[in-house]
Amino acid sequence: MTTTAPTAIGLPVSDADPFSHEVLEDPTPFHAQLRDAGPVVYLDRYDVYAFGRHEQVHAALVDWQQFQSAAGVGLSNFRYEKPWRPPSLVLEADPPRHDAPRRVLTKVLGPRALRRLHEQWVADAEVLVDQVLAAGAEFDAVPALAEAFPLRVFPDAVGLPAQGRENLLPYGDHAFNAFGPPNDLVARGNPRVAELSAWVGAQCAREVLAPQGFGADIWAAADRGDITHEQAPLVVRSLLTAGVDTTVHGLSAVLYAVATNPDQWRRLRAQPELARVAFDEAVRWESPVQTFFRTATTDVAVAGHVVPEGKKILMFLASANRDPRRWADPDAFDLGRDPSGHVGFGMGIHQCVGQHVARLEAEALLTALARRVATIEPAGPTKRHHNNTLRAWESIPVRMLPA
Amino acid sequence: MHETTERTHAAPGGMATDVAMLRVTAKTRVAAGVVTVQLAAPDGGRLPDWTPGAHVDLTFGNGLTRQYSLCGDRWDAGTYRVGVLLEPAGRGGSSYVHEQLEPGHLVGIGGPRNNFPLVPADAYLFIAGGIGITPLLPMIAQAQLLGADWRLLYGGRQRSSMAFLDELAGYGERVQVAPQDEVGLLDLPTFLGRPRAGVRVYCCGPAPLLAAAEATCADWPPHSLRTERFVAAEQGAPALSTPFEVELRRSGRRVTVTPDVSVLQAVAGAGVDVLSSCRQGTCGTCETAVLDGRPDHRDSLLDDDERAAGDCMYICVSRSCTERLVLDL
Repeated sequence: MTTTAPTAIGLPVSDADPFSHEVLEDPTPFHAQLRDAGPVVYLDRYDVYAFGRHEQVHAALVDWQQFQSAAGVGLSNFRYEKPWRPPSLVLEADPPRHDAPRRVLTKVLGPRALRRLHEQWVADAEVLVDQVLAAGAEFDAVPALAEAFPLRVFPDAVGLPAQGRENLLPYGDHAFNAFGPPNDLVARGNPRVAELSAWVGAQCAREVLAPQGFGADIWAAADRGDITHEQAPLVVRSLLTAGVDTTVHGLSAVLYAVATNPDQWRRLRAQPELARVAFDEAVRWESPVQTFFRTATTDVAVAGHVVPEGKKILMFLASANRDPRRWADPDAFDLGRDPSGHVGFGMGIHQCVGQHVARLEAEALLTALARRVATIEPAGPTKRHHNNTLRAWESIPVRMLPA
Repeated sequence: MHETTERTHAAPGGMATDVAMLRVTAKTRVAAGVVTVQLAAPDGGRLPDWTPGAHVDLTFGNGLTRQYSLCGDRWDAGTYRVGVLLEPAGRGGSSYVHEQLEPGHLVGIGGPRNNFPLVPADAYLFIAGGIGITPLLPMIAQAQLLGADWRLLYGGRQRSSMAFLDELAGYGERVQVAPQDEVGLLDLPTFLGRPRAGVRVYCCGPAPLLAAAEATCADWPPHSLRTERFVAAEQGAPALSTPFEVELRRSGRRVTVTPDVSVLQAVAGAGVDVLSSCRQGTCGTCETAVLDGRPDHRDSLLDDDERAAGDCMYICVSRSCTERLVLDL
């Protein structure tokens, strides 16, 4: 990135494109430059204010009063531009409208609600791992485990019909691309938007969803009047948009981490109760959700600069999660670290409402692997999958030797 | 009186060393027998977020814990406001606030929690009796902000004892003030009118008013009426403000939790990592199973039934009512 001389008010300016393929392939050097340039950096290409340090990212995430979401959490400013789909009632909403849908999802996806799924998901993970290992020691961990496991358990938990589940990943991929600029990644997804949106919309209807599951729970909340019946389908849609791709990439991240850090895999095998810590450390280290935008509701003072009212703020969650001002040896994947306080799930009222679902999926899969697999090692060149918002793998060839 | 028993559990010098503490920044008399208390974090930072209808548990220097509805402005992230009615026949919480609590004092804080949330609707009918106006104030502000059709019927013994009339005056004809000594008991049937869908009725006040609202709404569609009744939460034992012991059964360790650290910090100090995130009792990441002992819940997540079950706690904020807690760690 080229950082030009500070402007009159001392604000560093950069012409970098965080959504270029070069940065998407390896964002780490760009993030370091961004953090070192200052707590706030103006990205003139997109007319946005970038935060790369943990302190400012964390502060912006929790301050919904000054950094709103209802103008969109992507580059597009809903004050002036029409969203590509009806805005989310949770992700793209501010209090007070945000309150009721969020409250319902918090309950439906809360740790207590997930207890009934725990045993089943642990059993499902063991079956999947046995099947994969039986087919051979060498395989691609992305489709075989990271995609297969969430697709095996999550749509069932929501109550989706069996048919059409292959649409979930492409829909999510496009939704997360659409938070970025209208670049080639968005163009590549556009031809299927109408078809995928129609399919997702159809799955949100009460009569399509199973009588038990997260979807039915959301409709039951509408029957109690906690949300309106008009809101229920859009609240279900949030599960389908944000509940699959993110988890897939989180699992890919932790599988890549243990494949390339054999000492950490040994540690996890010795202490399987570290499975949740391992997953959160991977979420910190790789940040499956790299960025989100906010919009300033007023002229906001940040570290001696002013973000003008109505301007977009680009929060680099991934950069904050590797900010050496916050983390010792930030580039190391280390199960001895306490990753608590990372912003990979966000923070504040918009913090990932499905984080407990993701942790349960990861715990089930990692525990099953730790019981059965002695060593995990790379078995060929890896390949990234580029997305404007997500840090993703297309392929992680691995060799797993049974215990 | 119960006061003597309760006092014996208070730490010497009150709770000034506890971790979850707020400072009283103002105390204002707003009506006969009603004060508002403004609270802020000792470091002036953001307080945990809340929604209209939420309440906090405040623990005072005399060891009493009481629940109060938040009645301030949620857009002011650094301040909570509660309204407190002096109840001479009460068990000592309100008289402590009225007679002893002063700006500069520290109080223990739990929550905020919301058992009385404002749900989306086209129209709202609010009914307040006396100090029951407090949770409705932020609801009204919100209904107004959303452009909803709303009206308030506000009753009290006499005008001088009814708080916040000045703040409500700005809403004009949407607010009906009905002091009992001027107009008699609240006329709920007239105010509510015929049953209809799409309207939510919110009522907070003394038990007879809630009963009257329930009777009047009997023919309304299900879930039309939402009420809040503050029953004095009878905990088996008052929250401890003295050190307590936590046994980590799976790791076979014991750790003493002193008033200046959280259970999460104490457990980490003993070498047992528990994942956490918000450290405010709102996200749920640090949920920990309780095997024995009675938690002092201070989170924003568990409802009353879940609290009563006592089988789990959020150790970033919650503490102990018993001298020993056994956790599945």
